[in-house]
This record gives sequence, C-alpha cells and structure tokens, in this order.
Amino acid sequence: MASTETTPQSAAEAPGEDPTGPAADADTDSATAGATDAPAGSAADAPATAPAEAAAGASATGASGTGPGPAAGDLAGLEAGLDALDSAVVSRQPWLRTAVSKAFPPLVAVVIVLGLWQLAYHFQLKPHYLLPSPLDVYRSLRQKWLEGTLLSFVWTSVSRGALGFVASVAIGTVLGLIVAQVKAVRAAIGPILSGLQSLPSVAWVPAAIIWFGLSDATIYAVVLLGAVPSIANGLVSGVDQISPLYLRAGRTIGATGLTGVRHVLLPAALPGYLAGLKQGWAFSWRSLMAAELIVNAPDLGTGLGQLLEQGRELQDMSWVLAAILLILTVGIGIELLIFAPIERRVLRSRGLLVKS
Amino acid sequence: MTTSTLTKPAAADTGNTGPHAARIHHVSKSFGRPGAQQHVLDDISIDVAPGEFVCLLGASGCGKSTLLGLVAGLDKPSAGSIETPGGRPALMFQEHALFPWLTAGRNIELALRLRGVPRAERRTEAERLLELVRLKGAYGKRVHELSGGMRQRVAMARALAQDSQLLLMDEPFAALDAITRDVLHDELTRIWQTQNNSGSAAGNLSVLFVTHNVREAVRLAERVVLLSSRPGRVAREWQVDIPQPRRIEDSAVADLSIEITEQLRGEIRRHGQH
Repeated sequence: MASTETTPQSAAEAPGEDPTGPAADADTDSATAGATDAPAGSAADAPATAPAEAAAGASATGASGTGPGPAAGDLAGLEAGLDALDSAVVSRQPWLRTAVSKAFPPLVAVVIVLGLWQLAYHFQLKPHYLLPSPLDVYRSLRQKWLEGTLLSFVWTSVSRGALGFVASVAIGTVLGLIVAQVKAVRAAIGPILSGLQSLPSVAWVPAAIIWFGLSDATIYAVVLLGAVPSIANGLVSGVDQISPLYLRAGRTIGATGLTGVRHVLLPAALPGYLAGLKQGWAFSWRSLMAAELIVNAPDLGTGLGQLLEQGRELQDMSWVLAAILLILTVGIGIELLIFAPIERRVLRSRGLLVKS
Repeated sequence: MTTSTLTKPAAADTGNTGPHAARIHHVSKSFGRPGAQQHVLDDISIDVAPGEFVCLLGASGCGKSTLLGLVAGLDKPSAGSIETPGGRPALMFQEHALFPWLTAGRNIELALRLRGVPRAERRTEAERLLELVRLKGAYGKRVHELSGGMRQRVAMARALAQDSQLLLMDEPFAALDAITRDVLHDELTRIWQTQNNSGSAAGNLSVLFVTHNVREAVRLAERVVLLSSRPGRVAREWQVDIPQPRRIEDSAVADLSIEITEQLRGEIRRHGQH
C-alpha cells in the first residue's frame, strides 16, 4: 500500500493543470484513489502503515483548515476529472451538409407535385383554360417580372403585412402580459382571447369596411384583429409553462416586480412567445390576403391579394395560380428566413433542440 | 475515539441573545382553511451563529423545506418571527435552478446586477466566483453543457454572488451521484472555511443546510438539528466535534450517524403507532 500510494499523490496534480488532456481518464482513477486514501489516514487514528507524506499533509490541512496542501490539490484534480468525464460532448454537423440534407426531401416532393400537375395537363383532365400547365404559370410570372410590376406587388403586401405584424406584436405582448399576470383580467378576457382565435379574420372585413371604408385602415384593422389574439395567447401559454423553480430562484436573487418580468419572466417565456409570434405572422399574412381580396380600390396600392382578384376578374387561370404561388412563397419564405432561425437559436442555446 | 476540539468557538445555544446570522423564534406554520388546518411546523426555535454550519435533519413531512422557505422570505410564518440581520439570505435548491437562457457567467452576473454591483465590476467578480468553485473557463458555457456537479457549483457561485451572510441549502446534492456528492461535500466545506477565514469586510458565512441524509449532515455540520415530523418540532440537537476536513467514511462520522439514525427512526416509528 505504502509503495503504490506515492505515485497517485503526484499524478493527482496533473489533471488540475490540463483537464482536457487525453490521459484525463486514467488520471481520474488514480486521483480518486489518492483522495480517498489520504484523509482516511488522518481520521482512523493514523495507522502506522500510512505514508509519512500523506499523514503530514492531512494533519496540516486539518489544523489550518484552508491550507492549499496536498488534499486541496487532490480535490481540484478529482473535480477536473469528474468535470471532464461528465460534460456532454457537443458536435455539430457542417452547415452545408445540414442544408443539403434538409432541403433535399422537400425539393423532391415539389418535383413530384409538378410532375403530376404536368401529367394532368398533358392528358387534359380539365380544359387548358381551366388547368394551365406549370410552364403557363411560369410565363405569367415572367411577364409580370418583365413588366417590372411583380416586385412592387410583393413589396406592397409584405410591407403591409410587416407593419401590421409589428403593431400586433406591440399590442399583443402588452395584452398577453396583462392577461398572464393579472388574475381578474385573465378570468374576464382569457377565454374570449383564445376563442377569438377560432374566428376567421375575414369575418371582420365587412365590419371594417363599414367603419373605415375602402382604405388602408380597413386592411390594418383586419390584420390586427387576426394577429393580436394569437400573439397574446402565445405569451400567456409561454408564461404558464415557466417552471415555478425559475420564479422562486429569481425572487431569491432579488428579481421581483418589473425587474422580475424583465430578467426572469420574459426570457423564461420566450419559447412559447416565439411560437405565438410565428402563429401571429401566419395569421396576419392570412388576414391581409383576405382583406386585400375584398378591399379593392384603385387608389390603394396593388398587393398580392388584389393581383389574385384581378386574375379572377379576367378569368386568367395561370395568373390566378401564379398569385397563389406567390402568396404561398412569401409566407413560407418569411417563416423559413426569419422565424425558423430565431426559434432554432433560442431552443439550441437552452439545450431544448435534441438531435434524434 | 475523536478528540473533542471545536473547529469554531462560536457555537450558539438556542435562546442565546448574542449575535446571530438567523434567529428562528417560536415559529409555527400551518396551511389550509381555518378549521381544517394542517400544522406543518410547531414552535420551532433555532439560532444560527455567525459563521456556523447547521444541518436540519428530518424524515419527509417534517417541514424542513417549508422552514427554509420561511427563512428565505418566500413565505410568512403563521406565528413567531424570523430574523436574518445579514439581509436577504441566498438559497440553493435540489435543482440547480440556473436560468437556461443565460451562460454560466451571466447567471452569476445577473445576481450581481440585482445586488447593485456596477457593470464594470461584474465580469471580474463573476470570474472570481467561478474560480472559487473551481470552474475557471466555464464563463461562456451554457447550462445544458455542464454536468450535474458543475451546475450545482455554478448555482453555489450564484448564491455566493448575493454576498449574503447566510446561505440556505435545500438538499442541494440529493440529485447527484455518490462520487460527485462526495466531492461537493469537500468543496462546500472548503468554500465555507475560505469565506470564514478570509477576514473580508463581508463577514462570516453561515450555512443552514437541509437534508434527510444523516451521514451528509454529520459530514458537513457543526451542529445537527433533528426535526420530528407532522408537525415539525425540534426533537434533538447534536454538536459535531469531529475536526474538518472530515470524510463521510470516517468512523467518527459513522458512529454519530448511527446514534442520530436511531433517534430519527424512533421519531418515524411514533407515526405508525397512532
């Protein structure tokens, strides 16, 4: 025992210097052995077989209490070893491979749908003026592009949608916070708020036209009424899902009142809030299209909804399909380019994004 | 077999009127409507001296976590009073309770910020505290990237960041594996001794540590207070005169543990007799 013990004593210092070294595994074992042996000697009436060095070290730390003697070194080494053994190894795929593996399956699906469409066109399932080919739709898009109007249609709608969404976020966040935190308000309007989500926002269009006429105000009113409830509801459910432990921990370190809202409540509710924002965007985009389809006046800018309505008036099916595809593309694009990366980042930083 | 030298002279008796880090004075707590009340704590008086390490020991249902919540100010006692002259106590839970949206370092900085430490000093202070719990280099790590033992050490650093003179610990190591728990016992003893020997203006660090693990209590504490269950009352106290650093395997620790366990079992048995 005496001869083997001096080696671990000195080896135990090593992992403290370099916890990530390749030999960390072996060092930890010897460090454990060293640590368990040394102070045992001090307590068990110092048996005569204990090595002089270990006995001296143990009694020295026993007297002074905090001296950085051999026992302290042992503990540091032991801890470094445990930390190295227990820490999760995080490896990330190169982004190009991730992108390719993620983009490939949906691309295949799109190609299959286009193929089926072309087949249906080819065998004339419907007359050509009712079912144009993918190529016809492409030609309509190209024509609008060459006229230089395509981007302005998209921009008109996207800017309206963005403005309406931002206003909805401002209103929905405050509303959601009040509903989540004030019991009386929650009892009063909580159920109405979640019930409003099942009301299609197009139902507001007639009312909004009567109030505001054929104007931008009508469009924005419909967007707000569509998006605010889902954003507020997202925040409410985000707050409800917060572990009470975080709130307790926040209170013990002094995060109370508005400080608590800012430093604990809001960040803790962020995943649910983000889900609400995502749904809020989808609702504002949908509401906007519904409003644009119906609210059609020459002095209002032409958005994608109005483009769609014009196609219907002209009975131009390839134009109609092109507008539908554009609406879909913008909706998906904003979700993929803005919301998906933010959500992924938030979830990953909290260790909530588990790779299967 | 052990010498009975005290590691610290200031071991306060209940009822002592000298300085204290926490004074729990005839505290009772009951829950529920009047008439159908459940008495959780009944007339508990415990004084914790400055720099003292006290373990509250008891079976489940003795209200030890409730008592700790009262001392932390998370709830109010039904009767009696609790004084913590050193300001709001720091509290550590069985779960690390670190905020997953912040890095390890930022978790500590938030506590510093809420304590009013100026922005320029926070980073240095957070690094110092991480070094104190031997987690130098973990500043930028996310909580989920740390092991269970590392998380509890960051939680300890966050609790110390409050610069409170009283640290409340609610079974902080119960969810850890035996090897890690053993190491954290050494670590906690070391930090407690460091804080009390540093002679800093911050003063002494007292610890009120709740556990149901008898050996853990004897391993760590200067004084073990055994609570009976339903309602929780102080059943008995032991002064632990075994010099630090102790080991959980020490025969002196084992001997006292056996004595305390017998008493604890006696308390539990009473509940089966009606």
